[in-house]
Amino acid sequence: MTTPTPEPVRSTLKDNASPVAQHVACPFCGILCDDLEVSKSAKGLKVTRNGCDKAIAGFERHLPAATPLNGGKPASLAEAVTAAANLIKQARLPLYGGLATDVEGMRSVMALADVSGGVIDHALSEGPYRNFKVLQSTGWVMTTLTEVRNRADLIIIVGTDVHALHPRFFERMVCNQDSMFDSPPLKRTIVFVGSGLDQSAAVGARVGEVVTLPCPLDQAGEVIAALRARLKGAPLGAATIAGVLMAAIDDLARRCRKATYGVMVWAPPGLNFPNADLTVQTICDTVRELNATQRFAGLSLGGNEGAVTAGAVSSWQCGYPLRVSFASGQPHYDANRYAMSRMLADGEGDLLVWTASYTTGLGVPRTSLPTVVLGTPGLEMAQAASVFIPIGTPGVDHAGRLIRCDTVVTLPLTDLGRSVLPSASHVLDAIQSALQI
Amino acid sequence: MLIKLTGGKVYDPANGVDGVVRDIYVEDGRIVEARADARVHEEYNLKGRVVMAGGIDPHSHIGGGKVTIARMLMPEDHQGQEYGRNGQLRSGVGRAIPSTMTTGYRYAEMGYTACFEPAMLPTNARQAHMEMGDTPLLDKGAFVMLGSDDFLLRQMTQKQDFSAIKDYIAWTMHAAQAIAVKVVNPGGISAFKFNQRKLDLDEQNAHYGLTPRQILLTLARGLKEIGVTHPLHVHGCNLGVPGNLSTTLETIKAMEGLPVHMTHIQFHSYGTEGDKHFSSGAAAVADAINANTNVSIDVGQVLFGQTCTASGDSMRQYGNTSGAYPKKSVIMDIECDAGCGVVPMKYKEKNFVNALQWCIGLELFLLVRDPWRLFLTTDHPNGAPFTSYPHLIRLLMDKGFRNDMMQKIDASARAYSTLGSIDREYSLYEIAIMTRAGPAKSLGLKDRGHLGVGACADITVYADMADKEAMFTAPELVFKNGDLIVRNGKILRLVQGATHVTRPEYDKGIEKSLRDYFQRYHTMQMENIRVSDTEIIGHDKGSIIVQPSGARV
Ligand code: SF4
Ligand SMILES: [Zn+2]
Repeated sequence: MTTPTPEPVRSTLKDNASPVAQHVACPFCGILCDDLEVSKSAKGLKVTRNGCDKAIAGFERHLPAATPLNGGKPASLAEAVTAAANLIKQARLPLYGGLATDVEGMRSVMALADVSGGVIDHALSEGPYRNFKVLQSTGWVMTTLTEVRNRADLIIIVGTDVHALHPRFFERMVCNQDSMFDSPPLKRTIVFVGSGLDQSAAVGARVGEVVTLPCPLDQAGEVIAALRARLKGAPLGAATIAGVLMAAIDDLARRCRKATYGVMVWAPPGLNFPNADLTVQTICDTVRELNATQRFAGLSLGGNEGAVTAGAVSSWQCGYPLRVSFASGQPHYDANRYAMSRMLADGEGDLLVWTASYTTGLGVPRTSLPTVVLGTPGLEMAQAASVFIPIGTPGVDHAGRLIRCDTVVTLPLTDLGRSVLPSASHVLDAIQSALQI
Repeated sequence: MLIKLTGGKVYDPANGVDGVVRDIYVEDGRIVEARADARVHEEYNLKGRVVMAGGIDPHSHIGGGKVTIARMLMPEDHQGQEYGRNGQLRSGVGRAIPSTMTTGYRYAEMGYTACFEPAMLPTNARQAHMEMGDTPLLDKGAFVMLGSDDFLLRQMTQKQDFSAIKDYIAWTMHAAQAIAVKVVNPGGISAFKFNQRKLDLDEQNAHYGLTPRQILLTLARGLKEIGVTHPLHVHGCNLGVPGNLSTTLETIKAMEGLPVHMTHIQFHSYGTEGDKHFSSGAAAVADAINANTNVSIDVGQVLFGQTCTASGDSMRQYGNTSGAYPKKSVIMDIECDAGCGVVPMKYKEKNFVNALQWCIGLELFLLVRDPWRLFLTTDHPNGAPFTSYPHLIRLLMDKGFRNDMMQKIDASARAYSTLGSIDREYSLYEIAIMTRAGPAKSLGLKDRGHLGVGACADITVYADMADKEAMFTAPELVFKNGDLIVRNGKILRLVQGATHVTRPEYDKGIEKSLRDYFQRYHTMQMENIRVSDTEIIGHDKGSIIVQPSGARV
């Protein structure tokens, strides 16, 4: 009998104890696969097992040389931190945007926004807000990735290109070899509601039928609304809904009724059209009603660029999922007023503090405001930053923690030692200390 | 630095001290022997004051996924309940489900210095600890949930060697950084995923063929044999169902004398008598508790007002969604591990059922005789927010006040309850047992919950007032580890409390089957499910106290 210490043996490449790190969690999309293997050599990092193209692009990217800049001129980290603190001191309403960081980074953003009376919002919060509106008005019945992997016999993908957003979703959650509850593992039916969704990964031994209900993506909600009506037995006069034959909708209704554990899947960032929250609402209403007699659940994906983490930390620290202003000294929540894209478009705020630590694509939007940018080297910028501080990527350049799309699982991120860039948290805490001098 | 607390009336039940006037010396965060010759650096004259150890809440949902889901679900709870930043203090919100920092502040202002999250899912443990890490001023700890997780249910159906089950329980406690184990609707959360809508004590889970009775016995025996101090923390079958009284009595019998803690027992003490088919089972449950010394309980008192219930019991919470107010809820199946249900509730004094729930809770408090086996909780936020503890204490200590309050509730509920005929009033000594000494003993916190030499200097000083609600709302002084953190209900300084864990022995061989299980079925690797010390100490700026466990048998 032994009493081992609870320290996990997660190899880090930082100290070169081993050239290969195992069980590495990937921060480059919201499903946070944690079965990657990454090796390090003089040529940089290499994903040696289980990475998709997105993961490879993220882990194996060579960082361009980057140094802190103050007014476009190279500066030391300390100088840049002081300059950033001075801009924040002068600002009456600093806007803290981007927020593509980890739990620790988000904690530091919250602390800084609180003392400086700023506004917080994530660059991609339009997506999560399609969900939050539904959560706040009716709630939902949801499930998580491992449940889907083991239980789902009917998977209905609604209006979003899951494969494009999450390249390993099908591999890991649909096509996995083993199933906990059936032997041999049951075959699943996959239904795509929407035209042009990438179905190439819905293949293999676990996939039975693949059914397509082709419709414009922004009308997928109408198809689900028709399904909901038919499930209730309501007659619908139309022969087609959004181009889908009523017979196909009735067929889907029958499949829903027969399912042991049905799941409706959507990725909020993919529902990129006006009033998409109504689509989410329709999905959730349908799922809830099905549960009166059988089991069915929703699964929301998305959560790239730390969006789920930002919403969660904000919720536990100030009660609301982002779009909060601390200008009055208290958290003030208004999902429309403090949507940062709207604030920037309408010329509100007087300083933009942008944090983007994962991909270069999450660039600083066009704005006439002065900007403090904490960014991964190579970050796209619509204009030169007043102060730029290069920061590391959590799970590549430093350790950290990130919350998965299903909001339940938090993965630890490994320090793979790609660079010695500081974390967002480190820089933000330094700025806060400098504010108080 | 030596601090002297002079002349207070001390209530320290762990050391048998019942309202005796005595001096307390504190040095380096600990209570030390009186030293006549030593130089006192700071002296507090506590003449006429009541002195107790810092309060310990053994069951309060303060951190983890379901609490944050509740926060997101209920902006209504926060609006109009905003707190501004104030010096070092962070801004925050909330009444029933306050934000994390606000939770720490409100508890400390009430004289509490430790708080235990009772429903941490292994797959959500990291988040639970992160949220507790953002809850300052308090010591924390969490009970990890087992009993609907597929690994255990598979072990049981495969009739694996009992020592492997013990290894798994212990491994999970290490991995999740837990101090105790809780079971919620044993096997029922799993059964709900197979579309079962209820699971009685001897009813089989449709997939596994296991019954709640088998799961309860397995876990209770396992915990006893691996030497964990706190007994199995049981949220039983049929939560909130009229008639569940008989399930509760059967469950007590089913434990065959094994130590067990039955939580929020108010929600499990309902009969079906009367024309409304809802009645109090408090007398029968209290009799059973009084007769079975292996059983401890906390009440989960209902108090009137808006709250939001949050539970791992997805099966029963789904059943409760019809009563949601406002009309919304979240039900989740989680990771072949557990589930959760978040349902807002408004308990109304003129509602027959709510009023009777209020009576049942108070009847239980007053009919159970041994305060060492009865802890004061509202199952925050399920029965009421923890900030209503002072009101609850007054209801227990002041019969006149209780009778006045009783006049306000639904008349038929009043007529159905024996509460008006119970004369008992709790003493300060008994309150100190229920809110500090008892929970500390039950959880195995060696140096907490008492004021003897060597104890951690978590100390609360109250003005001795006739109005016990006022008295317990705003203590005059609160010390955490010897630091004065609260004066007259106002926070003076911020400190970070420790996380208490227990680490029973296990055979590392269990990791072979766990690694394979996680790889085969899960979406998280075994190596990543474990919460490391570094995370709590480094990332969360906390510390860890390992409370001893007994030898494994
Ligand atoms: S699917 Fe997403 S999380 Fe998984 S490896 Fe690809 S980018 Fe990373
Ligand atoms: Zn509880």
